[in-house]
Amino acid sequence: MLATIGRRLLTVIPTLIGVVIVTFLLTRVLPGDPAVYFAGPAATPQSIADIRKGLGLDRPLPEQFARYVNDLAHGNFGNSLSTGRPVATEITSRLPASAELTFLGLILSLVIAVPLGILAAVKQGSWIDHTCRVVATAGVSLPVFFTGLLLVYIFYYQLGWAPAPIGRLDAFATAPPNYTGFYLIDSLVTGNFETFRAALSQLILPAVTLAVFSLAPIARMTRASMLAVLASEFIRTARASGLDTRTVIITYAFRNAMLPVVTTLGMVFSFLLGANVLVEKVFAWPGIGSYAVEALLQSDFAPVQGFVLTMAVMYVVLNLLIDILYGVIDPRVRLEG
Amino acid sequence: MKRREFLKSATALAAGTAISAPAVFSAEAQSRKETLLLVSEGGPNNLDIHGVGTNRPGYEASWNCYDRLVTHPTKTLADGTLSYDKDKFIPELAEDMKIGDMSVTFKLKKGAKFQDGTPVTAKDVKWSFDRAIGVGGFPRVQMKAGSLEKPEQFVAVDDNTFRVDFLKKNRLTIPDLATIVPGIYNMALLKSKATDKDPWALEYTKSNTAGSGAYKVTSWKPGVEVVYERNDAWIGGKLPQLKKVIWRTIPSGGNRRALMERGDADMSFDLPAKDFTEMKKENKLKLISNTIGNGMYSLELNVVKPPFNNEKVRQAIAYAIPYEKIIEAAMFGHAKPLFGGASNTVTSTDWPQPTGYKYDLEKAKALMKESGVGPIESVISFDLGDAISSEPMAVLIQESLGKIGIKLAINKVPGANWRSQMAKKEMPMMVNFFSGWLDYPEYFFFWCYSGQNAIFNTPSYVNKEMDAFIDGAYAAAAIGEKEKYATDVKGFISKAYNDVPRIPIFQPYLNVATQKNISGYQYWFHRQVDYRKLVKA
Amino acid sequence: MTETTATEALSIAPPPATVAQAVVKPENNSIFRHARYVMSENPVTGMAFGLFALIAVLALIGPYIVPHDPLASDTAATLAPPSLHHWFGTDQLGRDIFSRVVVATRLDFVIAVSSVVLVFVMGGFAGIAAGFFGGWTDRLVSRLADTIMAFPLFVLAMGIVAALGNTVTNIVIATAIINFPLYVRVARAEANVRREAGFVQAARLAGNGDFRILLAHILPNIMPIMMVQISLTMGYAILNAAGLSFIGLGVKPPTPEWGIMVAEGAANIISGEWWIALFPGAALMIAVFTFNLLGDGLRDLVDPQRRT
Repeated sequence: MLATIGRRLLTVIPTLIGVVIVTFLLTRVLPGDPAVYFAGPAATPQSIADIRKGLGLDRPLPEQFARYVNDLAHGNFGNSLSTGRPVATEITSRLPASAELTFLGLILSLVIAVPLGILAAVKQGSWIDHTCRVVATAGVSLPVFFTGLLLVYIFYYQLGWAPAPIGRLDAFATAPPNYTGFYLIDSLVTGNFETFRAALSQLILPAVTLAVFSLAPIARMTRASMLAVLASEFIRTARASGLDTRTVIITYAFRNAMLPVVTTLGMVFSFLLGANVLVEKVFAWPGIGSYAVEALLQSDFAPVQGFVLTMAVMYVVLNLLIDILYGVIDPRVRLEG
Repeated sequence: MKRREFLKSATALAAGTAISAPAVFSAEAQSRKETLLLVSEGGPNNLDIHGVGTNRPGYEASWNCYDRLVTHPTKTLADGTLSYDKDKFIPELAEDMKIGDMSVTFKLKKGAKFQDGTPVTAKDVKWSFDRAIGVGGFPRVQMKAGSLEKPEQFVAVDDNTFRVDFLKKNRLTIPDLATIVPGIYNMALLKSKATDKDPWALEYTKSNTAGSGAYKVTSWKPGVEVVYERNDAWIGGKLPQLKKVIWRTIPSGGNRRALMERGDADMSFDLPAKDFTEMKKENKLKLISNTIGNGMYSLELNVVKPPFNNEKVRQAIAYAIPYEKIIEAAMFGHAKPLFGGASNTVTSTDWPQPTGYKYDLEKAKALMKESGVGPIESVISFDLGDAISSEPMAVLIQESLGKIGIKLAINKVPGANWRSQMAKKEMPMMVNFFSGWLDYPEYFFFWCYSGQNAIFNTPSYVNKEMDAFIDGAYAAAAIGEKEKYATDVKGFISKAYNDVPRIPIFQPYLNVATQKNISGYQYWFHRQVDYRKLVKA
Repeated sequence: MTETTATEALSIAPPPATVAQAVVKPENNSIFRHARYVMSENPVTGMAFGLFALIAVLALIGPYIVPHDPLASDTAATLAPPSLHHWFGTDQLGRDIFSRVVVATRLDFVIAVSSVVLVFVMGGFAGIAAGFFGGWTDRLVSRLADTIMAFPLFVLAMGIVAALGNTVTNIVIATAIINFPLYVRVARAEANVRREAGFVQAARLAGNGDFRILLAHILPNIMPIMMVQISLTMGYAILNAAGLSFIGLGVKPPTPEWGIMVAEGAANIISGEWWIALFPGAALMIAVFTFNLLGDGLRDLVDPQRRT
């Protein structure tokens, strides 16, 4: 087992190297000249040159790259040019905000999409099947920022049911102590239900926005995998031996059909982290997505590089975990490189 | 105090500061009355204006957390709004200012203390001024505008007395001392934070405030929020009413408006013209707006390269801009026209004032013919960060210039790139906004028209006659020669309007919305919010 | 297998026909009959084909049938709600939204089609080569795909457009690049199982070179599966362009394009001018919806399992 994990980890290394190189090159060809930007108004060619030198941007590209890799190897993600803060701390403090939102969105999506998918598979070809398909597809057909703004308009502005779209907590509430960075967990752990309620109410709209966007892949996957299982021999046998439909579907088919769905979750999660970029902007959410977008538009290299690298590592680790989990659940599946 | 609350605060105390705040719920209602929730599109990237690349919101932090020797008093304008009084000065950290022939001497207020309790002395002032020059970049240039260029000029006579020696007479020296840059910093504290690589402790002031000002930043999350608390020991002015200011970044304009209309935020700063005019009609909130002094939106043409090196082509364009349409559709009627004046040869020193151009397609076509330049294809650029005003302007200009044979492509330039594009001076045509802090015409011309070809002289317009007018106006102002000054000012304005390297379009407003229980908002040349005079009823 | 299914989920798609089921080249009229059968059995797919036809027609003739010039401003009639004269209302500059929405069909269609064509050419061929030749070709292509996959895709698209400039071409290129891994994986898996198939062996014995076998024998066989992929990613291309517009990296003004109209109009929802974002939003949604359902429908067409 350990050996297979090790082998699998080895295959990840070229990917990560590729990510580092591509990110570095991409951020260097961004059009803005950070030196000019940070020279501020009233810059002179001399002051621009000074700043460029200070930032090390006057060195040849290979040298800059070597320095960057060296820093990375020492766990140094560099500092944001714009705010001067270390990217690593900024990302660690912002990642929980994004992760909490994404997890909640994913859970919400699962709760809706899995039953939809099962229903569609069981009633294959009926109007229920078609409705499920239309509903799930409709959700993924709207730009995610538009869904978000629409929800804010209806549930905050018109109805007043949702709290102000002002970030993770109301401005007058105070964040719970930082254990995990997940406000829901931290507030529960400390027994602070007031904060829990406040944090949850802030989370609902953005989480629903994400959930709407991810219904389709999960529902489709569930439906397809249920269909495959329902057509298999052991289900036919179970049915033939007189078990009632409910038992067959829930106990036999569902459990087997869930395996491929679990595999897709890692992918959907990273897909959602991407969609997050836009959702965070709409809801003023202090996550890493909004951080990366701002940095990108300012040609601020380090945060973009840090963000991409963090996401890449998360993606790789998540998929590795899921593969391992999959192997544990279903011993027939062997890890392959 | 109820038992439950007591227990909560007791545990909070036990657990240390990290969880002290959420436990005390009884204080919330009280604190809400003394706390301002301010929302805006962007937040600071640095709390110190001396820092490298500090953005405009960063100036706001500097303004409220540091004191200057002198400042401007407040005056009430004709429309009932409040503004700084550009021509008068009142003490802030200094209690007295004596202007001599070639120097100015300040006596510091007694008992002034930095926020950590250290007394403010003349040495701190001297060190702070040295710092403004020493850090280079924008602070140095701003100091230079007031002829404050060398450390020898700044003299700490004794603990309480500080003198600035003049290099030369300059009318802008005292106004320059009231800008944000010459704030007073805590020398002892910052020296302890300084390193060999960072002798001015810029790293520290980037995220911490080290002044004697009315507020201090207690928490700053870049891109999310800034939390200020009042400095109760402040003696720079009347103690502000607001104990706390929470400034949140809300990127979505629609959401900022929703927050205001639903009463969840107290103040929304720098509203687009559309929101301002519409919300004003609804009359649910207090809406305040002031023309931005010494500022204008203009269409700027690169005069170095064909075809816009041709004066006739530039004039043709100036007659083909759909001015009225722009004010109506892009600014919702909420802007001060800078066109349609009597003539391009002006008769007053008012600034900014209208040009003699107006929308006249026939005249534009005739001028194009006269220029002898054939059909033109070019690119019009604007700053993506300002798309809300600039994009409709660019689209309308594109449409209109199409009618006189100038075909334009529109180029949105992302924020970071805008400055570098400006510095390169390669954009042939752009929609741009500029405003000068110091509200004097020669200051505007110094940046935008003079032969030094600064970054804001986007057309790269260099002209000896123009430089002579500008230098003449500076010299005349310094020694108070009013007539010569007026002649030179009229001279450079007329020259600029006849040559039209930049075509003025309108003077915009700075718009603010507050809830009805908020008062005391005042316009400042730096176009940021001053919390110190705000009152929440 | 686990990798393929995961990739599939990202493309918002049902899993492809299991690789073991070789697609036999059916006779033309049997495809037609089968299509009719699938559509009569599945009204949603029928509807999708109908909508697709409508979009294609509008893309073709849109600019010639609109009542107003989509670029002409009219400051006398700005922000007008829908009326008999302006069916979908007007925007901030008084431009007719109905005309803009209709004319935008062509550009969005072009963005969608050209980005999938591009990624099909790049990803499809790379994938086939990887699956067919195996060895270092396979390793190289797979690593490249993995690398792209490990990026947060939307941010990668943003980076590309920000770096190269926000033109339609670059939006198309960025969309193609981020879809590259999906095409590679599907094509690779399909080509892999066919490389020892009987018809390939036969072709080889007949003296055909590798290249010819790839083009003449493998490619046509995996086309149906690729078609499913294509139709699904077309929708994503439009959504991607819209997302880029929202952060200011969309097509250049004043060109009408659904995504940028929604992104810019969305700011006006709170102030009550719902029509500016709603109509282009609806058009965009219908198009993406159609492409997605079409993908499902095509899958039904090419999936032999359904032909019972």
